Amino acid sequence: MARRLRYPAIPSSEITPESVYLRRRSLLKAGIVGASAAAASGPAWGDPDTGGEPLDYQPAKPGNPLAYTEEALTPYGDITRYCNFYEFGTGKEDPARYAHEMTVDPWSIEVGGAVARPGKLHLEDLLSRVDLEERIYRLRCVEAWSMVIPWVGFPLHALLDRFEPLGSARFVAFRTLYRREEMRGTRSFSSIIDWPYREGLRLDEARHPLTLLAVGLYGKTLPNQNGAPLRLVVPWKYGFKSIKSIVRIDLLEEQPATSWQSLAPDEYGFYANVNPEVDHPRWSQKFERRLPSSFLRPNRIPTQLFNGYAEQVASLYRDMDLTRYY
Amino acid sequence: MRRLPTGGVLFVVCAAPLAWLAWGVIANSLGPDPVQVVMQGTGAWALRFLLLTLCITPLRRWSGRPAIIRHRRQLGLWMFSYATLHLALFAQAYVGWSAPLLWEELAERPYITVGFVAWALLLSLALTSSRGAQRKLRRRWLQLHRFIYPALVFACLHLWWQVRSDAGEALFYSAVALLLLGLRLYWRINERKRGRAA
Ligand code: HEM
Repeated sequence: MARRLRYPAIPSSEITPESVYLRRRSLLKAGIVGASAAAASGPAWGDPDTGGEPLDYQPAKPGNPLAYTEEALTPYGDITRYCNFYEFGTGKEDPARYAHEMTVDPWSIEVGGAVARPGKLHLEDLLSRVDLEERIYRLRCVEAWSMVIPWVGFPLHALLDRFEPLGSARFVAFRTLYRREEMRGTRSFSSIIDWPYREGLRLDEARHPLTLLAVGLYGKTLPNQNGAPLRLVVPWKYGFKSIKSIVRIDLLEEQPATSWQSLAPDEYGFYANVNPEVDHPRWSQKFERRLPSSFLRPNRIPTQLFNGYAEQVASLYRDMDLTRYY
Repeated sequence: MRRLPTGGVLFVVCAAPLAWLAWGVIANSLGPDPVQVVMQGTGAWALRFLLLTLCITPLRRWSGRPAIIRHRRQLGLWMFSYATLHLALFAQAYVGWSAPLLWEELAERPYITVGFVAWALLLSLALTSSRGAQRKLRRRWLQLHRFIYPALVFACLHLWWQVRSDAGEALFYSAVALLLLGLRLYWRINERKRGRAA
């Protein structure tokens, strides 16, 4: 049972990203922009060559606990082909297959509720006013698998501050785009999700320096299936909290209803902090399969409290019973 | 005209999904989480073969070719093989052969519990599937092999309990299961009526 997996000195999965980075950097140097690819034909698993525009950002510095981990990165092709984005279907490959049907340009985000200056912001305006940085985070799905993903984005508080939250605001609610004609999963007659997809955070969680609004991964803009053009990343919570393709943000005084919690409150809590001690009725949360996993190397590793970010975030929950507020 | 070796053809057809999954594993073409793909694949094929096995009797009645009953055993054993692979993979990749963890899964997760009950019922059928057992058990064999009906119900429950946001798949398999079970009920009622009339 005591089968702890060690990562080899040079994980094979690290070789691919390396080459992507190198090529991207040389592209940037040469001033060539926009190697957007026809991903529709479906590249092989693990193939790094799917779409995206190169971004200008501050790379993650080794040793920075807010942005860096030594763990092997999950290959780009796996991150972009193995997705949960039910707006495009419940199969893991459905989003990669159908998310291109979503229009992401033009895109704007509306911010409202308990803010001094509510309003709508166009994506280009937003991006022209923030500094992008790389954050290499673990992503732990409630389905007991996990990845290591190099995101590119900016802290959520940078956006929230622009709209000046009122003193009464205590929660932040997020909403995904809902466009039936472009999202075939929302047209499924047997789906019981009440679209649009909604998520929420407590304001102090939203303001935490780890909480990221991502616009890219592996140094390029996000593919649609990963939540283009703008998504949340909250690395110490289960993946479903990291809502994709955000169109609306509201600051609230009361805790908002969220999609999964409304669907099955005994299974999905509002907090959804990664916690090996609090079991989900479907999946034991004690272990996770770190992807890519295989029959010979299942990569089954123990799950860490707060997904390994306890040092950074445990103080947010100091007086809380985590079994009750799961 | 020479008769086709239908048993052999059926063997190849039934082995095809397994071969396809095995090829996917070897060629590494199932994506970054092949364990889950094979878990779902073996589960889905176990249920499909269970339903196919239950199609034999109606087919036999309606087609006027009673000989097809010969193939029921093979279908049933394939179903059990897929279900057993499904369970073995669960034990290996999800619980890492840890007995306490397996026990916890069985005790705490109702969908695992009903899956296991279904598998245990199917095990008793597989163990008594030989002609020798059939002869030895006689009437009791028929009674025992009616366990396939509760096994089917438990397998459907296993699926329903996994539904998260989309019930399409569970709905489809349950509809086929209800049709096949309903048919048996209909026959029984009819037979009883006829018995009374005579
Ligand atoms: C001890 C017995 C069993 C255990 C522990 C078990 C466990 C599981 C688990 C963990 C899954 C979810 C896989 C995943 O999505 O990650 C699953 C799915 C499934 N199982 Fe089982 N199972 C058992 C028996 C059975 C039996 C006997 C059948 C059918 C005859 C069956 C049919 C299925 C089906 C149809 C699925 C869903 C496949 C899909 O999502 O497409 N299982 N099972």
